[in-house]
Amino acid sequence: MLKLFKKSKDKIPKSEIINEPKEPQKPAVSKCGKPLLLDNSRWERRLHKELMSLIKEPPPGVTVDTESVQQNLSEWKINIKGFEGTLYEGEDFQLLFKFNNKYPFDSPEVTFIGSNIPVHPHVYSNGHICLSILTEDWSPALSVQSVCLSIASMLSSCREKKRPPDNTLYVKTCNKNPKKTKWWYHDDSV
Amino acid sequence: MDSDNDNDFLDNVDSGNVSSGDDDDDFAMEVDMPSSTERQLETDDYQYKVLTIDEIVLFQRETIDEVNRVVKLSAHITRILLNHFKWDKEKLLEKYFDSSDDNTEFFKCAHVINPFNKLPEAVQQRTLRSQLEECEICFSLLPPDSMTGLECGHRFCLNCWREYLTTKIVTEGLGQTISCAAHGCDILVDDVTVTKLVPDARVRVKYQQLITNSFVECNQLLRWCPSVDCTYAVKVPYAESRRVHCKCGHVFCFACGENWHDPVQCRWLKKWIKKCDDDSETSNWIAANTKECPRCSVTIEKDGGCNHMVCKNQNCKHDFCWVCLGPWEPHGSSWYNCNRYDEDEAKAARDAQERLRSSLARYLHYYNRYMNHMQSMKFENKLYASVKQKMEEMQQHNMSWIEVQFLKKAVDILCQCRQTLMYTYVFAYYLKKNNQSQIFEDNQKDLESATETLSEYLERDITSENLADIKQKVQDKYRYCEKRCTVLLKHVHEGYEKDWWDYTE
Repeated sequence: MLKLFKKSKDKIPKSEIINEPKEPQKPAVSKCGKPLLLDNSRWERRLHKELMSLIKEPPPGVTVDTESVQQNLSEWKINIKGFEGTLYEGEDFQLLFKFNNKYPFDSPEVTFIGSNIPVHPHVYSNGHICLSILTEDWSPALSVQSVCLSIASMLSSCREKKRPPDNTLYVKTCNKNPKKTKWWYHDDSV
Repeated sequence: MDSDNDNDFLDNVDSGNVSSGDDDDDFAMEVDMPSSTERQLETDDYQYKVLTIDEIVLFQRETIDEVNRVVKLSAHITRILLNHFKWDKEKLLEKYFDSSDDNTEFFKCAHVINPFNKLPEAVQQRTLRSQLEECEICFSLLPPDSMTGLECGHRFCLNCWREYLTTKIVTEGLGQTISCAAHGCDILVDDVTVTKLVPDARVRVKYQQLITNSFVECNQLLRWCPSVDCTYAVKVPYAESRRVHCKCGHVFCFACGENWHDPVQCRWLKKWIKKCDDDSETSNWIAANTKECPRCSVTIEKDGGCNHMVCKNQNCKHDFCWVCLGPWEPHGSSWYNCNRYDEDEAKAARDAQERLRSSLARYLHYYNRYMNHMQSMKFENKLYASVKQKMEEMQQHNMSWIEVQFLKKAVDILCQCRQTLMYTYVFAYYLKKNNQSQIFEDNQKDLESATETLSEYLERDITSENLADIKQKVQDKYRYCEKRCTVLLKHVHEGYEKDWWDYTE
């Protein structure tokens, strides 16, 4: 858990800088030379299917706020219940999933929102979650459902309700988008 | 030569750059002519090669083939293995044969499915696949021929693979280290698969660049030329600190990539650069404006008030005198005057401070001289331009093209001497005094004064009266500089061989 803010990304490969300096950055969706529409429809199709299966067979304690999804397919609100027998029993939380048009190749942006942010060593008081599958361990084969399950299991395995030790500083200084934080994962026990 | 002509010439000197027609002429002397010292250094047995991108790719292929003649795996697996071992083929072969009884671990570490086990499983999987399969990424049901995967058995549709690989290559800049798209699977995607699944030429080019780059950066015998916009890499027979000269003209040290820094060694240069980055300006100011508390050494800036100092450091609170740095108590009530300059305690305190300060002064001594030569070298281009102008003027004075070339040569040698001198100060900073270091310092001093004289000659205006005279002087001086430079370097190298040098750190 915990994070540092600077973890330098790999240097831009030299040969790249040299060989195509003049080429403008093309928009992401057209980089494969495919029409934008096709990309979008695939993106929408996947989100629709995920939504359907979440509504039809939701994992225990997880419900999608269908109203929010109807307004905007790229922002989902998902309610999640604290399981019985855990420190969060009886509490209700809300997660916000934001998808960009590179989903599922790019990970969704996931935060806790609303009045009740779980007090947990991996959850900052602004709702940011330190969970490796949300950034570097993301795989397109993961889904909203698997992310919800990971978060639920993260909550369930918690032994002591407390904020991350660097909560105050982080909340003051972080970017709005948790994906901009270079997370530093070093505690898998909770 | 009549007097009119003479006046013309002088006018020309005064007008400087105004004679615009000349600027368009090509400067004939820009053709690369290594000076004799350079040639000397290059003619030893260190046979390096400057490679173009294509030659690097070829070299990469040759390395793979070479390993494959022994291990007999597919080229794409060998490539991943080589990359895992940082393109050290001996290490790969050693590990490979170490694990020849059971190479499961060997392949697992390199994130490859063991090619000796894969067959039965793959056959088994294929027989099961007769109906539609669902792609776990786009959730589409597709016939088996639209699905593909690595040996790990995780299958996704061709479109999703293409999209996944493109994202990894273009957005994340990954090349040789892209793993399977399945969650938690660390099996690496090989280059053949990438080329097969990514049709877009632009992405393929980028992928090729990424893997070429990782090849050069991992490989101990290769280094990119550090010059901006240069795409060459240098390939050496064995990695060590050597002067290499790229085709783009840049001269650098193969081991560290810095400008060629003979006589100082890479490790000291690295230390030095770090030190300079850390504290040069700050320590300058501190030295000039502060004193340290004689008890706790906290740095104090005195911005007014009397000489009775009370250290603000809460753990110290030492009372002392700003003038003599001795304890305050014996000063009694003489608040403004210190007449205790020679008391023992005060002396001890001043001595301790003196030591700290002299180490700083020592550093600044070397730093200032180092920076001075560096600054002078930055004027190199300006000097080349003014010398070019002088050469033209001299040609108007009935000297032939060939006769005026000595000036260009003189600037070459001047720059070379300055560069050497610059690094001698880094070397000297870390050097402990002994007999040999004194010889070195004499050499340094001699070269420095000769270099400064040469520099002065080159700045001097050339008039018709002193033309022959100055030519002789310049030629004598640069030959002398060149000789002294060689002597100095030889002496330092001899010291490396014979272990003469002791270092301060």
